[in-house]
Amino acid sequence: MTATAQHPGVSTEHASLLDALESEAIHIIRDVVAELERPVMLFSGGKDSVVMLHLAAKALWPAPVPFPVLHVDTGHNFPEVLEFRDRTVEKLGIELVVASVQDYIDDGRLQERADGTRNPLQTVPLLDAIEAGRFDAVFGGGRRDEDKARAKERIFSLRNAFGHWDPKNQRPELWHLYNTRHRPGEHVRVFPLSNWTELDVWRYIAREGIELPPLYYAHQREVIERDGMLLHPGEHVEVREGEVPQIRSVRYRTVGDMSCTGAVLSDAADVQAVIAEVAATTVTERGATRADDRLSEAAMEDRKKEGYF
Amino acid sequence: MTTADILPGRLEDRPARTSTLLRLATAGSVDDGKSTLIGRLLHDTKSVLADQLASVEAASRKRGWKGELADLALLTDGLRAEREQGITIDVAYRYFATADRSYVLADTPGHVQYTRNTVTGASTADVVVVLVDARNGVVEQTRRHLAIAALLRVPHVVVALNKIDLVEQPEAVHAQVLRDLEAVGEATGLRDLHVVPVSALLGDNVVTPSERTPWYSGPTLLELLETLEPSEDLLEGPFRMPVQLVIRPQQGAVDPLLVDYRGYAGMIASGAVSVGDEVSVASSGMRSTVVGIDRAGTSVDRAEAGLSVTLRLADELDISRGDLLAGGDAPRETDQSSAVLCWLSPQALRPGARLLVKHGTRTVQARALGIRERLDVSSLTVEPAEIAELNDLVQVDLAFAQPLPLEPYGLTREGGSFIVIDPHDGTTLAAGMVGAELRA
Repeated sequence: MTATAQHPGVSTEHASLLDALESEAIHIIRDVVAELERPVMLFSGGKDSVVMLHLAAKALWPAPVPFPVLHVDTGHNFPEVLEFRDRTVEKLGIELVVASVQDYIDDGRLQERADGTRNPLQTVPLLDAIEAGRFDAVFGGGRRDEDKARAKERIFSLRNAFGHWDPKNQRPELWHLYNTRHRPGEHVRVFPLSNWTELDVWRYIAREGIELPPLYYAHQREVIERDGMLLHPGEHVEVREGEVPQIRSVRYRTVGDMSCTGAVLSDAADVQAVIAEVAATTVTERGATRADDRLSEAAMEDRKKEGYF
Repeated sequence: MTTADILPGRLEDRPARTSTLLRLATAGSVDDGKSTLIGRLLHDTKSVLADQLASVEAASRKRGWKGELADLALLTDGLRAEREQGITIDVAYRYFATADRSYVLADTPGHVQYTRNTVTGASTADVVVVLVDARNGVVEQTRRHLAIAALLRVPHVVVALNKIDLVEQPEAVHAQVLRDLEAVGEATGLRDLHVVPVSALLGDNVVTPSERTPWYSGPTLLELLETLEPSEDLLEGPFRMPVQLVIRPQQGAVDPLLVDYRGYAGMIASGAVSVGDEVSVASSGMRSTVVGIDRAGTSVDRAEAGLSVTLRLADELDISRGDLLAGGDAPRETDQSSAVLCWLSPQALRPGARLLVKHGTRTVQARALGIRERLDVSSLTVEPAEIAELNDLVQVDLAFAQPLPLEPYGLTREGGSFIVIDPHDGTTLAAGMVGAELRA
């Protein structure tokens, strides 16, 4: 997929699918760095944000990534992912800003939901962190293939002073000419991976040899089955009556809040095996692994309008 | 253009070279069955996963669906208001893939802000798929969509003649549509036009060939899409690269050996560049030689349109963001130009208006000197105009505070396109095409 020799002795970069997607993402990241004053990149240690940060490093090479990364920590994150997050940030020498949902719960600014899910609680700490950092551009790893509300999102998506998204009043996005203009207090969400699919992300991870948190690959883990999802029992997931913890070979397709992110049964222990599995899957990644997106047909739309990722 | 050009050829007659990414845009009015067609494409290419299909089946039943399978149109529903009102509000993007290709499909709604949405979808499309209801044939809206596709120079247009199962004499309807489209194609200057008779509801000729259309020997819609080539003119044109950033890491370099690195980063808009090529800077005419092409630490000898690269030059020239690097003779910079604008804002354009124009990587102040004429997309006639309102296509004269390296849109979609921005609130007001002519 990389350099294809078309003429003897001359290596030619052929615009294959991954090259086209990579080039588009790099173009987007560079326009933000050139036109906006205080960008920040959302970084959770999840595969999409890892790929996005990798693309940022490529876009600006050999200059360092000039902006900080921001993580909204629900307080229920997988420890392996947090460890990976810290190690990656240190390796790249960039600043990490953490907005903690736990802090908001501890001092009463937010209240724990009855279902224990903390994903919807991320919006307020996220918007506060954007305001406190005076960030005018926020890179997100969202992909349009993830959800029907995301399918409507622009690559450069304006947020008003309340951080809200108005899907009925979006700027038309023409050619490769991105409009980064915004008024004071507004900011722009930028999605360099808009046109990537889950499979594209995995193929790119393989091509680039990108390291991910280990729980993306098959491993033995204690799980319980709840509402058709495999949850890891522990501090954030209590075993209920009738649920029997079992050791299974699983991996995670997404890594989010432990209380609502399910594992899938899998023997895919390396990246090629994962690609084969994703190519053959019959269920979307959010459908398989996110309890919060099953809440309603418009769960993502509602969260997005309020300023969610 | 002759009828032979719009009759789809046999697949084996077509060139075998294919690219791996094709960008589609769909256009059609509310009842043409556009959502069903897209749903059918997604479903029959097995791009719909079990949980998505289950939710669509449930929603179909809830709404009293009695047909086979499910109401596939629901697969393209995005927002709650769309589901409630049964309409599409904004451009949505869908993804599907075959063994040979990946597709990005911009689903553009056909009502209210029709021109705005169609222009948005068409601006990056390699192929526009226009829906025509076989019961109605070529109507005003079809002409409008074809005129826009032609104006935006979309390389290929495919007319999906839908609901072919609902007409009594499908072959005659198909022949009539071919004749009508030939006339529209000639009037608008379309380059490559195909017609495929389909039934989105039943799946005929969408992905699988239909037994109900024995009179049609051409490819199915998907077979046709698999053979169409993306914009070739981008690769064949002269080398052009607007500079996005000058990369000069100094002491911050990720590798201490690279503290003196200086590179010009951008996406190649057209043509190709090789190490050893001479390039010039459009603003100053200064020339230098390419000594390196970097793609994130990997050096390559050659790179072509669509790739993001960083170029190293033999000489230290005065180059910054907004400059255009060109192979051969750089385009001359100009501070005035005639252009076609597609006006996208409810707030009208009046002569004398102060605007911002973004072309390539340069944004400059601009004024509308005068509005000459507008294309009435309903009647396809050109008439004098004094202002431009939402969805209008107008010919205007613009003046720029700093000169721009503009090229005719007729030669290059990348070098001839710009957007118009409101200097006060940052709204995108218009899509602009340099030197384009309104054709009726």
